Amino acid sequence: MTQAWVRVGSINDIPRRGARCVKSGEMSIAIFRTADDRVFALEDKCPHKNGPLSQGIVHDGCVTCPLHNWVISLETGTAQGADEGQTMSIPVRLDGDEIILGLGPAK
Amino acid sequence: MTEKQKLVVIGNGMAPGRMLEHLFETAPDAYDVTIFNAEPRVNYDRIMLSPVLSGEKSFEDIIIHGDGWYVDHGVMLYKGHKVVEIDREAKTVRSEHGEVAAYDKLVIATGSAPFIIPVPGHKLPGVLTYRDLDDVDAMLLAAQSRGKAVVIGGGLLGLEAAAGLKERGMDVTVIHLMPSLMERQLDPAAGYLLEQELVSRGIKVITKASTKQILGEARVEGIELEDGTIIPATLVVMAVGIRPSAALAKEAGLSVNRGIVVSDHMQTSDPDIYSVGECVEVNGNVYGLVAPLYQMAEVAAAHLSGDTGKRFVETSTATKLKVTGINLYSVGDFAEAEGREEIVLRDAAAGVYKRLVLKDNKILGVVLYGETADGAWFFDHLKKQIDISEMRESLIFGQAYQGGSPMDPMAAVAALPDDAEICGCNGVCKGKITTAITSKGLTGLDEVRAHTKASASCGTCTGLVEQLLALTLGDAYNPAAVTPMCGCTGLGHDDVRRLIKAKELKTIPAVMQELEWKTSCGCAKCRPALNYYLVCDWPDEYADDYQSRFINERVHANIQKDGTYSVVPRMWGGMTSSTELRAIADVVDKFDIPAVKCTGGQRIDMLGIKKEDLPAVWADLGKAGFVSGQAYAKGLRTVKTCVGTDWCRFGTQDSTGLGIKLEKFMWGSWTPAKLKLAVSGCPRNCAEATCKDIGVICVDSGYEIHFAGAAGLDIKGTEILGNVKTEDEVMEHVVALAQMYREQGRYLERIYKWAKRIGLDEIRDQIMQQHDKRKGYYERFVFSQKFAQVDPWSERVSGKDKHEFNPMATLSLEAAE
Repeated sequence: MTQAWVRVGSINDIPRRGARCVKSGEMSIAIFRTADDRVFALEDKCPHKNGPLSQGIVHDGCVTCPLHNWVISLETGTAQGADEGQTMSIPVRLDGDEIILGLGPAK
Repeated sequence: MTEKQKLVVIGNGMAPGRMLEHLFETAPDAYDVTIFNAEPRVNYDRIMLSPVLSGEKSFEDIIIHGDGWYVDHGVMLYKGHKVVEIDREAKTVRSEHGEVAAYDKLVIATGSAPFIIPVPGHKLPGVLTYRDLDDVDAMLLAAQSRGKAVVIGGGLLGLEAAAGLKERGMDVTVIHLMPSLMERQLDPAAGYLLEQELVSRGIKVITKASTKQILGEARVEGIELEDGTIIPATLVVMAVGIRPSAALAKEAGLSVNRGIVVSDHMQTSDPDIYSVGECVEVNGNVYGLVAPLYQMAEVAAAHLSGDTGKRFVETSTATKLKVTGINLYSVGDFAEAEGREEIVLRDAAAGVYKRLVLKDNKILGVVLYGETADGAWFFDHLKKQIDISEMRESLIFGQAYQGGSPMDPMAAVAALPDDAEICGCNGVCKGKITTAITSKGLTGLDEVRAHTKASASCGTCTGLVEQLLALTLGDAYNPAAVTPMCGCTGLGHDDVRRLIKAKELKTIPAVMQELEWKTSCGCAKCRPALNYYLVCDWPDEYADDYQSRFINERVHANIQKDGTYSVVPRMWGGMTSSTELRAIADVVDKFDIPAVKCTGGQRIDMLGIKKEDLPAVWADLGKAGFVSGQAYAKGLRTVKTCVGTDWCRFGTQDSTGLGIKLEKFMWGSWTPAKLKLAVSGCPRNCAEATCKDIGVICVDSGYEIHFAGAAGLDIKGTEILGNVKTEDEVMEHVVALAQMYREQGRYLERIYKWAKRIGLDEIRDQIMQQHDKRKGYYERFVFSQKFAQVDPWSERVSGKDKHEFNPMATLSLEAAE
């Protein structure tokens, strides 16, 4: 089982402390860029009520969901604080400016 | 009823202000009071001028008695009236403008004038003293040039002026005649530490320097020292001391030495004339610190109300330097003399220096630098002449080290005796504060200030007072004033707003750096708040931070539960037309918008729009002449109206027209929380103006302005702000009110909560009574609108931030490597 790596664009396409979406079939994946130019990828669904995390405010390695202010770790996809839940986290890495997304093995 | 006596007061500074407070408390009906004040303003806290100069406070913050106070107490206040003659035979005084007032009792409180060294050039423009608000204003004006300033005098005032001017961006040099700074309060070692601190802040210090002349032809160009050194400067501030203003009293034939001679009852050589403040000489001494002046005020007030028991007794007073970040405390006598010993603690790395001067095992003098928490405790031992031989070993380490293990600061305060002085300025002891808290049921700092005056002057004892509140009330004490904005900072909203202004912070990173944010880039609570504060405070300079806006404000539409958006175009005052409705209908069809609804604010909401369609939806709405209704914004949303005189049988004014005018004037403005207005054409109130943030009810005689209503989490009827006659006045008052809220509101704090916090009377006073203040608010709003009335939809259609709306990539599995 090998990881399938896909180039999805340049880090410069995402504003710092912002996010963009990548559509993969039915799934929407949110790619986040932090203030210090790290990138993270999560399924674009808050574990609470499926809010689009890509539309939230990015801060300190977390994103706050725009619907009900749950705070989700960008690294692990887990809800912070008293809330419980987890969003799927997707492997992502940078090759220079290029964002490379690790999608699960092809079916 | 006995006839009221006439009391005339010459001067309106801190001492007579305090005297009148005492008098109105003990004998409210004894006198008709008339005040003549050479300064054209109300009573303010002169010792807080330094924070005004450095920008940490505004003049409004340091007013002690606003105009309303004089009205409430029936005081006739002549602002800008200098008294030029006292006729003791006729018992009258006469002002420069010819106003004559008769008195039964007269109080002279003419204060002091700054001393000016009569060197050549001292009259050149650009040479200032540091005494009143005019001096501060002149310095602020000079500081705008960011030029060079020389401050002559390294005493308390001179150093505060120097720090303030440096904070305002000037290149500052302090010239001091003596070998070390503040030599009257500090020993040379502490003076040296202070000098090092100032130098590290970029202030140049030259000691043992005597000014030979001030250079310049038409205005100041620099100064020359006796040793020939020339220092270029565009501003020279002389802060070398003060002289009692006693000329008026002298001309009236009263006994005058250095100051106006008074008994320890504050009576001059004429028993019907009293004198208080810096103009006074009592037992051969004149005073410049506030504590003895307040004591004079108390004695004079007691005497005027018939209580002759009180006498002025000299006490020593502690000195503190009001420069942010410099902790310095000095009290008593620390000169070297026969039989005196001293205990010194130096911690060079921590910048701490403490020195106690002792004689016969009693404390005579205290100098603390860097760490001043024990000042009150040492002072208490000094005043009571407590024998310290038992604790001599550990004395210098302070109260925490007396007996057993070190105490935490709370325990240290708890251990203070009831008569320990907490507030030096106002002479308030611990017992008075704790008694006031329990007997009057006080719960907060402001209340303690109001009832006891503790921490109401220079404010350096605020921490101690808060500890007393916490001790006395236990868990019931909720220090609301210091609730931090969020977990990223220990500062509350008000402090952050104040410091943004004071330190001229103009970006979010600058705020986080300067105010020592604990996180690297804030959180979803503080970033939108900071973004708002910066937009509000620097409308022309601050670049809105897109990533610190909530999604609704970022994409100018309202996110719904399924991640789609709703869009509300503006319909001014709720009016629309067939053309507009047709355009909306076309958009609904074209983008297959599933739901269309009328909002509670009389606008049309289109719901269920996909994010990627938003720019095209706006483009079409824009073509039809619509701008964004900002129905999602912490900003002006709607102005709801009824049909008014145009159609209604009962309408008294053109409520629709006025609503449209207000909305067109105010749209686009950001506010701490959402802002909804309404205008009703008659008291039947069809537009429901009495539960809005700001409402106007048209009545036969004009317009009744309402505010602070709510129909959200709380349901609350409005309060009346006041009545005005014309539409133009409505505009000015409503806009000024909105701006006052914009400037003072905490982010997400609705107008009714803000109003409760500030006080309805205070708001009415500022908007309805203080015309200059209202105009100031109005003008700042108008200025800000120059940058705010940009339609975000047309901005987005033109391509701004277009990345927001399209996916970055759409993958098919074949694309995988």
